[in-house]
Amino acid sequence: MDEIDEIVQEFLVESHENLDQLDRDLVALEREPDSRELLASIFRTIHTIKGTSGFLAFSRLESVTHVGENLLARLRDGKFQMNPQTTDVLLAMVDTVRDLLATIEQKGAEGDVDVSLVVGRITDILEGRPVEETAVEPVVEPVAEVVAEAVAEIVAPAVPVAETPAPVVPVAAPAAPAAPAARVAEAAAEHEEQGVRRTVADSSVRVDVDLLDTLMRLVGELVLTRNQIVRQAGDQDDVELLRSSQRLNLIASELQEGVMKTRMQPIDNIWSKLPRVVRDLGATCGKRVSLAMHGKETELDRTLLEAVKDPLTHLVRNAVDHGLESPEDRVAAGKPAEGVLTLRAYHEGGQVVVEVSDDGAGIDPQKIAAKALERGLRTQAQLAELSPTDLLQLIFVPGFSTAAAVTNVSGRGVGMDVVRTNIESIGGTIDVESVHGRGTTCRLRIPLTLAIVPALTVECAGDRYAIPQVSLLELVALDADRAENAVEDVNGASVYRLRGALLPLVRLTDVLGVESDRSDGHVLIAVLQAEGKRFGLVIDRVLSTEEIVVKPLASQLKALGTYSGATILGDGRVALILDVQALARRVLNTDSLEASMDDIESQHAATEHLRMLVAGIGSGRRVALPLSSVTRLENLPGSVVERIGNREVVQYRGAILPVVRLNHFLGAISDRHDDDLVVVVYTVGDRSAAIVVDEIVDIVDENTYVNEEVSDHGVLGSTLLRDRIVEVLDVRAAILSADPTFYAAAEFAVGAELQETM
Amino acid sequence: MSTRLVTFTLEGRLYGVDVTAVQEVLRGQPRTRIPLAPESVSGLINLRGQVLSAIELRAQLGLADRDVEQEPMLVVVRVADEPTALLVDSIGAVVDVDEEQFELPPDTLTGPSRELVRGAYKLDEGLLLALDVERAAAA
Repeated sequence: MDEIDEIVQEFLVESHENLDQLDRDLVALEREPDSRELLASIFRTIHTIKGTSGFLAFSRLESVTHVGENLLARLRDGKFQMNPQTTDVLLAMVDTVRDLLATIEQKGAEGDVDVSLVVGRITDILEGRPVEETAVEPVVEPVAEVVAEAVAEIVAPAVPVAETPAPVVPVAAPAAPAAPAARVAEAAAEHEEQGVRRTVADSSVRVDVDLLDTLMRLVGELVLTRNQIVRQAGDQDDVELLRSSQRLNLIASELQEGVMKTRMQPIDNIWSKLPRVVRDLGATCGKRVSLAMHGKETELDRTLLEAVKDPLTHLVRNAVDHGLESPEDRVAAGKPAEGVLTLRAYHEGGQVVVEVSDDGAGIDPQKIAAKALERGLRTQAQLAELSPTDLLQLIFVPGFSTAAAVTNVSGRGVGMDVVRTNIESIGGTIDVESVHGRGTTCRLRIPLTLAIVPALTVECAGDRYAIPQVSLLELVALDADRAENAVEDVNGASVYRLRGALLPLVRLTDVLGVESDRSDGHVLIAVLQAEGKRFGLVIDRVLSTEEIVVKPLASQLKALGTYSGATILGDGRVALILDVQALARRVLNTDSLEASMDDIESQHAATEHLRMLVAGIGSGRRVALPLSSVTRLENLPGSVVERIGNREVVQYRGAILPVVRLNHFLGAISDRHDDDLVVVVYTVGDRSAAIVVDEIVDIVDENTYVNEEVSDHGVLGSTLLRDRIVEVLDVRAAILSADPTFYAAAEFAVGAELQETM
Repeated sequence: MSTRLVTFTLEGRLYGVDVTAVQEVLRGQPRTRIPLAPESVSGLINLRGQVLSAIELRAQLGLADRDVEQEPMLVVVRVADEPTALLVDSIGAVVDVDEEQFELPPDTLTGPSRELVRGAYKLDEGLLLALDVERAAAA
């Protein structure tokens, strides 16, 4: 009995995968009605399901797939032409098959799923009868019944036909349902025909998700134990132990990465459902849409993928329903009648960025402002201070919906605020950009994985807390004397002048309602960013940065809106992870704070592109390089440098980075005498380089003026920073000196992505 | 019909929960306090790599706080597949009780314990109060 169940289970898994492929193929087929390859692929899929369902005695499933197969055979043989009607009928057939499979999965039997309707529609087409439109509407009960009855007669003989090879479909003959030999031969034939596509499936193993989760949990615990051992070994003088612990450290990190990779799935897994969504929705709304997808292979942790699915679908629906105009309006606006919806996914700075853009009407910031005023979400004065970009972000405020009319498609109470909440609950962010008349882009930034995150551990009132690094911008430490002057007061709210801009301060002790145990007047500020706002969290002590394993909290603790999870620290104690987003929402809603925040935002934006990392390279020389492309600063032992030919490389996070020694490149003599390397990890596209410097001096965002007259090999010019001459590095030339193919590869990757369309 | 209960004491009174709900019993563990959490959630503990909420049953039942010196014992129960640790004074034993000995709580029982106590088993040595595990574990 169990064995049978297992066969059914396998059949279900396989069929579900096949159906997704089928959806894609059918929509593609509508565009290329003559593609024999697509038709053949669809035919094979349906044929396989039919064969197995006959073998497993699922007669309804068999009857549906049987007539579907007949229709497909004629299409394939050129006796029929594809038209929207046939596509609709075939899609309806896929839906019915899906329903049947779902019922089988739940009840173990086909239950009472009604198949006669769709069988009737296909038979009508097969026999050249005009399809009655009313039959499509299940609402019109009487008509549907009449059709169903008429069909039942046709279906009845159709079932026995399936037992013996159907005369209309000579190709189906070897598919005799229960003959294993025939099935093997057929499978082999499929391999030959499908070539490349199947080889991927052949080289992979299906693994139970629970098993992966267990592995992930075990690795998490291994990481914790490793942390403990590394810490303890550091306190001892035993060199052997130290060496072993370092090896353990490396192996555990690699294992962690490896296991994390097994949970990665391409985003295509959720995108593949979207062509169908877009097609159906476009038809309902009377819009013509073409869907382009770039970066399908971008991978994400499967739990994240699951969490992103609904928000993404919502954004796509929104774009089709509200973003794109009707074909007439588009033509009137001088655009092609067919709207373009583009999905793009790529890695950037340890995150995955997913963009949904349309070339529709765009969002009018003034309309948003009017709406916000009407809904009482903002006052006139508040709106007047907001830039157009900030106005757009108002669509994420709860209680806002821009749909002029609530349609069946979107605007069913699930607004953009829910999308934002969902994205933020997985540690991601969302923002929207729009050019009026030209289109809208929604951009999601999602962490690669949820299970293990780099975090800063801090102490407050004797308890330890973890702050995810993703929200952390920088740390500011003030001794008692400076703190007295530097922490000022705006209408009762503490602020700190961070490089001239006011940073609102929030005391963690106040938020948590605990008593600080720090009495020496020192102030430690963690500068955090959440919801597009910056604020400083005052803490008692900073402990360290480490990779923490996120453990979920019981729901009643999650509801406190303060903690996003818990983790186990090196000593085995539990620490709470602060939910920075929720914290920001809770503490940053008074007007005085927001006003000062806006100032900061605008100043911040103005200086953003000018931030430079200043590094010493020996011989008293300093160079500056743009901070925007710097992803990490690392201290690595000299021994990690390996060689490929005459080039130096290092292994870093699973990639091989070319090493650029700036003192060699710029002709300086290093002042360092130890073996350790100070490395700036510099990233372009999906490639990184390790730039070795003597020391990191500072990060500055003063007005840089590059004097180009005084330049040299590898130097773009020079500038004065904090009264010292700093050479502005020609990063491109420096990296090319170490790896001539660096930019070619990075640009090739970008180019290849652009070329790939749906 | 007999039922098997794990018993423990709180303020000298004997309580019991169904043995099938109990995963294990532990001596006091270091707990991480949770600012802003309800009073009955005494903290988080690390049980072999899993983070569990520790529920103070004294607070749940509206009893006085435990003496600072008295180290609590933990009864780890599984409710809806989620393990939760219940803080109690001391662990008793596993006892078999008969449904005939069972009686619903007296109408005079009021306050928080009314919600949590399913009823009492009249044992020879005294009353054994049966706790509703699901409610007890929900802070």
